[in-house]
Amino acid sequence: MYRILKKKFLTPAICLMEVDAPRIAHAAQPGQFLIVRAGEKSERIPLTICDYDSEKGSVTIVTQEVGASTKKICHYEEGESFADVVGPLGQPSEFVHRAPQELAGSRWLFIAGGLGTAPVYPQAKYLHEAGACVDVIIGARNKDLIIMEDEMKAVCDHLYICTDDGSAGEKGVVTAVMDRLLGGGVKYDQAVSIGPMIMMKFATLKAKEYNLPLTVSLNTLMVDGTGMCGACRVTIAGKTRFACVDGPEFNAYDVDFDEAMRRQGMYREVEKELDHKCNIGLH
Amino acid sequence: MANNIPRVPVREQDPAVRAHNFEEVCYGYNEQEALLEASRCLHCKNPRCMSACPVSVRIPDFIARIVAHDFEGAAGVIAKDSSLPAICGRVCPQETQCEGSCVLGVKGQPVAIGKLERFVADWSRENGKVFLEKAPSNGIKVAVVGSGPSGLACASDLAKWGYDVTVFEALHKAGGVLQYGIPEFRLPKQKVVEHEVDNLRKLGVRIETDVVVGRTVSLDELFDGEQFKAVFIGSGAGLPRFMGIPGENLNGVSSANEFLTRNNLMHGYDPEYDTPVYSGRKVVVVGGGNVAMDAARTALRLGSQVTIVYRRTENELPARREEVHHAKEEGIEFRMLTNPVEILGDERGWVRGIRCIRMELGEPDASGRRSPVPVEGSEFDIEADTVIMSLGTSPNPMLPRSTHGIEINRKGCIVADEHGLTTREMVFAGGDAVTGAATVILAMGAGRRAAAAIHQALQLGK
Repeated sequence: MYRILKKKFLTPAICLMEVDAPRIAHAAQPGQFLIVRAGEKSERIPLTICDYDSEKGSVTIVTQEVGASTKKICHYEEGESFADVVGPLGQPSEFVHRAPQELAGSRWLFIAGGLGTAPVYPQAKYLHEAGACVDVIIGARNKDLIIMEDEMKAVCDHLYICTDDGSAGEKGVVTAVMDRLLGGGVKYDQAVSIGPMIMMKFATLKAKEYNLPLTVSLNTLMVDGTGMCGACRVTIAGKTRFACVDGPEFNAYDVDFDEAMRRQGMYREVEKELDHKCNIGLH
Repeated sequence: MANNIPRVPVREQDPAVRAHNFEEVCYGYNEQEALLEASRCLHCKNPRCMSACPVSVRIPDFIARIVAHDFEGAAGVIAKDSSLPAICGRVCPQETQCEGSCVLGVKGQPVAIGKLERFVADWSRENGKVFLEKAPSNGIKVAVVGSGPSGLACASDLAKWGYDVTVFEALHKAGGVLQYGIPEFRLPKQKVVEHEVDNLRKLGVRIETDVVVGRTVSLDELFDGEQFKAVFIGSGAGLPRFMGIPGENLNGVSSANEFLTRNNLMHGYDPEYDTPVYSGRKVVVVGGGNVAMDAARTALRLGSQVTIVYRRTENELPARREEVHHAKEEGIEFRMLTNPVEILGDERGWVRGIRCIRMELGEPDASGRRSPVPVEGSEFDIEADTVIMSLGTSPNPMLPRSTHGIEINRKGCIVADEHGLTTREMVFAGGDAVTGAATVILAMGAGRRAAAAIHQALQLGK
């Protein structure tokens, strides 16, 4: 089980894998995530579900090498198997509960940051197939972090790409594109932003300027991902909520992003400190 | 007279040594010790110990076999009623159950039933004895959701009666709280938990890990698509409770569930494993239950200086006395009548201390316990860089939320009758998912009762 059927590096540091997981493929819906435990001694790493094929029994995940554990995942080869893949976890996107006739003709704006393009894809695809108008902004630091451009084009009406250094698409940040679209009078019923916490925070501030309803998907720390450990807690409208069972999607206006960013970096700091101790031989 | 023999003390790892390792604290009885302790049993005609056992282990009977040097026979007697004896012998609160009812306890020390059970179970493991007596297969499929104590007990009985049982476990290892919650130094994972789970597999129980019922597969699909005729839900404890005081989301604050899961299930204490666990220089654990003791003693072993704060007095500590005693021996500081009012953070958003208020005991509340009331103006600060909240959990919301027809109560617990039947036909439930946080053995008892009810319902439906 959990054999890697296909592996492809989308960029030097971002890897797409199609994994054999029939139960998950059958149950997955847009907005949900899964957890991979690469080997027997590996961490449980929450990853977004990029695509799923219930006939083939496979799910597609996209991983960026950011730390030791994501590197480990990306180093698995086609034909090898992960120790565990569990999911789909979290609540599906709210729109899957809406009637098709309600979605047809509705206007959506997606704001994806880097790797966040992967989880945006199944949502855009779902809405596009339901007859909604879908515009997508993809932003990243540079062209090496832009992924799935062609796939996305196939499921949206307009695709806008921007990079910090101008190496792909236009030079600038996603909020500038939002300004241009929204300021130019394009009306959307709903926006969804998935990407780095800091980008979602600024996308939220921008959406507020235009009174545009916005949903964000929070990629918090998690251990079990099934509503047991509480590592993923976030403050939503002043209340503690759990991203793994209450989310991962929340109304952006209610999210305490500063707290979420601080909590997300908790173990990064600890690990840095431990490394530091090692270097001077005290640990 | 046999009852003049004093209770045989059990050998334990030296507190000064064990405070720095994760090896088991209690060594258990050897053969001589077990024989001597077993000889203290009076073999009462009306054994109160047995009726006080949630799974009704035939206690005098198995002790008599020990006395007769028939350890395999003793194991066989226990196996009739419990599939997890090496686990129960270690983690049951015997002092309030079997041993609490032992006649010898009226004037002196009760028979060490738990330690004898453990001896028998460890002996069978070491000597490769398994008890696989079961009825011929009837081909009827029953699904068990969750592989914790209630699920395993339920699965075991049903498998013995010939059912085709599949246990679905959300995590990557079977055992539920036995894997993620109870630490290695109280309950060795590979030696004890995995061995007893493997015995169930040998009995024919199929265990499918990485399946979150309600997400990976729905209850409807289990009935309609996969042809299960009955389902038992033992989904266990869920979301950790917090106090709702300022500072609980600071970095360095975690639930006991998170802290213990990182350590136990994910082996965070072992540098060979990737999952990090953070236990700072000074750790404060809030709460007084067994889980609080487990978290405190784990933090201690990770090198921290540990203080437990609890709002009532030591007499009201819900933890087992043995655990409190062990924690104290190991050097954990207990600050009773102390209740946090705020967790203090530094400029980077990390914990730097915890502000508490002194409490005093007031009038007894509805539960009969004297409820603590704050002493006005008595706030004081304790320095800490890690705070572990151990205030219990509310049942896992995932399954009832995603499934129609299963009623839950105000507290989020699944509503079930005394046989475990929920508000949906052929769906039974038991353990923490029904009662809220309780003990391993109570969950096992509920699992067994539900197994009997499922058996009856399926036989009637034939």
